[in-house]
Amino acid sequence: MSRRDRLSGNEAAATAIRQIDPDVIAAFPITPSTEIPQYISSFKAEGLIGTEFVTVESEHSAMSACIGASAAGARAMTATSSAGMALMYELLYVAASDRLPIVMAAVNRALSGPININADHSDSMGARDSGWIQIYSENAQEAYDNMLMANRIAEHPDVMLPIMICQDGFITSHAVENITIEDDSFVKDFVGEYNPEKYLLNPDESLGVGPYSISIFYMEIKRQQFEAMNNARAVIAKVSADFTARTGREYGMLEQYRMDGAELGVLLMSSSAGTGKEAVDMLREKGVKAGLVKIRVFRPFPAGEIAEALRGLKALGIMDKSDGFSGCGGPLGAEVRAALYGKSDNIKTINYVYGLGGRDVKVADFEEIFAELAAMRDGAELPDCRYHGVRE
Amino acid sequence: MIEIRWHGRGGQGAKTAALLLADAAFATGLHVQGFPEYGPERMGAPITAYNRLDSKPIRVHSNIYAPDIVVIVDESLIGAVDVTAGLKNTGSIVVNTDRPPSSVRELFAGCPGAIYAIDANEISMRTLGKNLPNTPLLAAVARLTGIMPEDEFIENMEHSFMHKFSTKPEVIAGNMNAIKEAWKGAVLI
Repeated sequence: MSRRDRLSGNEAAATAIRQIDPDVIAAFPITPSTEIPQYISSFKAEGLIGTEFVTVESEHSAMSACIGASAAGARAMTATSSAGMALMYELLYVAASDRLPIVMAAVNRALSGPININADHSDSMGARDSGWIQIYSENAQEAYDNMLMANRIAEHPDVMLPIMICQDGFITSHAVENITIEDDSFVKDFVGEYNPEKYLLNPDESLGVGPYSISIFYMEIKRQQFEAMNNARAVIAKVSADFTARTGREYGMLEQYRMDGAELGVLLMSSSAGTGKEAVDMLREKGVKAGLVKIRVFRPFPAGEIAEALRGLKALGIMDKSDGFSGCGGPLGAEVRAALYGKSDNIKTINYVYGLGGRDVKVADFEEIFAELAAMRDGAELPDCRYHGVRE
Repeated sequence: MIEIRWHGRGGQGAKTAALLLADAAFATGLHVQGFPEYGPERMGAPITAYNRLDSKPIRVHSNIYAPDIVVIVDESLIGAVDVTAGLKNTGSIVVNTDRPPSSVRELFAGCPGAIYAIDANEISMRTLGKNLPNTPLLAAVARLTGIMPEDEFIENMEHSFMHKFSTKPEVIAGNMNAIKEAWKGAVLI
């Protein structure tokens, strides 16, 4: 039986980790994900988990320890944010190319500078090309549920890739909300045991992990990562469908909210999606044909599903909680426009950069954005990319 | 939905009060949010904490700009911070103060809403032996929200304190006395 509870996003992620009881956790504290290793430390002290908890001296070492543990055949996890994730970047690529299904609870936070502890997606967007699967969570419930699904996706023999489950720092990580928590026995059964096909500590089969790869091999390794990332699509669909069947909570590559008959739409990820839904409801009551698409899975990128979901829109706001400094918009803007190219070229789009460094995103912000989208639909010329909610 | 904004200073327990109120409301079956707004984390700096309480699931993840209730944990914030910004016309102000009623009214001249004054510092000093005004204010706010009757709230808080203060049980009785005194301690100005 599941139970009704109220937890913060960090407590939710930590609860999932306790229930999964991984073999190894290596982590270094950094705001706002610090509470996760803190809870794990308490679970360990109280004998609630059998995990080997490695308190390393940096995030570079945290990811290195996870790589070693995972290569040895262990189920390994970590948690981090911001500069901590940036310090892991080198190793993120190693984990992905070594095909190690490490699970990371990522609590999104801005990167310096100026130094800032609050939410945006700069940290995980900087890792978007590292070969990790990336799933984004709107609230504590989704952070918990996505953590429960993470191992089965990452460890699937067709995938064998590391995965990060992202949620917005402070906005959800430190907000206490209602949540449904599953039984420990349910989680044990749903997640299952990790029995890797190949691992370093197997005395019957010798194995090399992460050796030097010269030009005649390197590209084949990358081609296999490409294959694995594409395979993840079907696995995510299957695991999510099984989760839905058992819990009633629905998850796809993306979520469509009131997109039936919508002319104006916003597309975004994580905590602001809920705020956007509230605005969509208010606008629908006034007769505005507003809708919202929330990307859950950013890697692999659901280009086909996005083009399909947005079909029929006249104007779209693509909302980036990070600026890639391309000079023409953020990463979601570029990739969503690429997904639409040749499929729905008649949709007018603006790429908004918003909510950086924890800048609060209100229902009123969405009302302003939908008003701009309506003006654009009706012929107003607007820039391809603009900052929203900024003093300029 | 009831939206509450707490204004305090770092170290006064505004965040803790918001989380305890969320706990109490959760126990009645409501959907809740309790969250702080994080700035530079230091003792004495102005901080804000928030609550949303609703019978329906809560989807909004933003700060609160049109509160039903504002709670002023530290009177010295008035003027330094726009504590009543956006307060609904039907809203309420709960202020921790030892001023006489006429002087309290002057503090909020031109503000909408009902004003409730409570000397939470005095209650805290008397019941806890130190100045932690969040516990008395929590009781005053809980009463104002109408989320649960007095006896249920007292029982609920005892449970919360036993959990929260499991390593220092000696402070539970003082906190419970503060709660009981403060339940009816707020005066409508």
